[in-house]
Amino acid sequence: MTDLQRFVFTFFNVEVMARYLPFIVQGFLLTIELAIAVILTGLAGGLLLALVRAAQVRPLTWLIVFFVDLLRALPPLVIIVLFYFALPYVGVRMSGFTATWASLSLVLAAFAEEIFWAGILAVPRGQWEAARSTGLTFTQALAFVVLPHAVRLTIPPLTNRAIAITKGTALGSVVGVPEILTQAITGQSFAGNPSPLTLGALAYLIIFVPVVVLGRFIESRFAWKR
Amino acid sequence: MDALARNFFNVEIMRAAAPLLVKGLAMTFVLCLVVVPLGFVGGLGVALLGTVRRRFIAWPLIVYVDFFRAFPPLVLLIFIFFGLPFLGLDLPAFAAVALAFLLNTSSYYGEIFRAGIESVGSGQTEAARSTGLTRLQALAYVVVPQAARNVLPDLIGNTLEVIKLTSLASVVALPELLYAARSAQAITYNPSPIVLAAAMYFVLLWPGVRLLSRLEHRMLVSHR
Repeated sequence: MTDLQRFVFTFFNVEVMARYLPFIVQGFLLTIELAIAVILTGLAGGLLLALVRAAQVRPLTWLIVFFVDLLRALPPLVIIVLFYFALPYVGVRMSGFTATWASLSLVLAAFAEEIFWAGILAVPRGQWEAARSTGLTFTQALAFVVLPHAVRLTIPPLTNRAIAITKGTALGSVVGVPEILTQAITGQSFAGNPSPLTLGALAYLIIFVPVVVLGRFIESRFAWKR
Repeated sequence: MDALARNFFNVEIMRAAAPLLVKGLAMTFVLCLVVVPLGFVGGLGVALLGTVRRRFIAWPLIVYVDFFRAFPPLVLLIFIFFGLPFLGLDLPAFAAVALAFLLNTSSYYGEIFRAGIESVGSGQTEAARSTGLTRLQALAYVVVPQAARNVLPDLIGNTLEVIKLTSLASVVALPELLYAARSAQAITYNPSPIVLAAAMYFVLLWPGVRLLSRLEHRMLVSHR
């Protein structure tokens, strides 16, 4: 065998790939499911926290700042390990999927809160005052005047953050979530050949290359005006 | 409440696990001292190559950056650690981690440096060039210092992310902080070591997170 043949046989073994393709496809669907769930709950949680913070009630603000700082400082993998391996000791048991979803959602919520809050702060005071002076209540001014401005500003950083955290779904492999990476590693050890890993890598590229390119587009489209 | 204290904040177990965890923390430090400068230099290289306006350089560069930004870092690490040995390239865990981080973080740092260089108006380069500086001198003495200031929050943010990512090395059995904590948990049947490790990560990274928040807010205020 030439070197090239050996390389192809090792990493692009068609026979092995065909055998493990169905598993990778299953993992692919689960990764997408997990990613969508994380993005929905994470962004909703972050928006909710930012809105609560806008009310400027001291103790609540402190709590939110503490939550945000904590989740921005801890590695996501540490949080997943805590949820999955430590919580059962106090009687809280959850599946690997739930642990990964909950951890990544919390991390995304923390980052999203900071971004939404920065967006709200970036809207000039005059907008608030004008909105209130036309008779809108605090909530109405927030919902109809400030948020629409703020959300536009927050789209590029939110997109980037959501992409980065969504890639963390691969961490689910550490707690046995049968997503792409788990399926690929299992396939590799059964086949004694790394072609399932190649297949898994391709599956990630299929999901994330379009997302990264979209992120690049959004960044140039909605860029902060300096 | 008692179960919580006994399982999560068990002082006795924490004290017993502390030496192992401190060793893990030292390994985390060493890892950071290797992968952060490596990614930084790699990123600078990527960004400087990006200033060359030649198609045969620009396009492969975009492909390189987007390719490695699209890969979850853990997937890259697993591929290098478990895949390459099949080619007879048996990398030790530390080298595999360093290589995976170099590929991943140099793309991120590269994008940040690129954004920084683009944030400096072309008039700056032109003015610098017209005073007789070479292209490289203009870049080094005029553009890069301003660029660095403009993207300082992003640089700090990315560095914090890289430090947090070093916890992935536990997956390939490199004895850093998270790996040490999980070993200690397995030995003691008590998750207090993981809580202690989380506390160590928090103490290590929290000042950076605070600093970043302040910088971001200051930038925001100055731009409004």
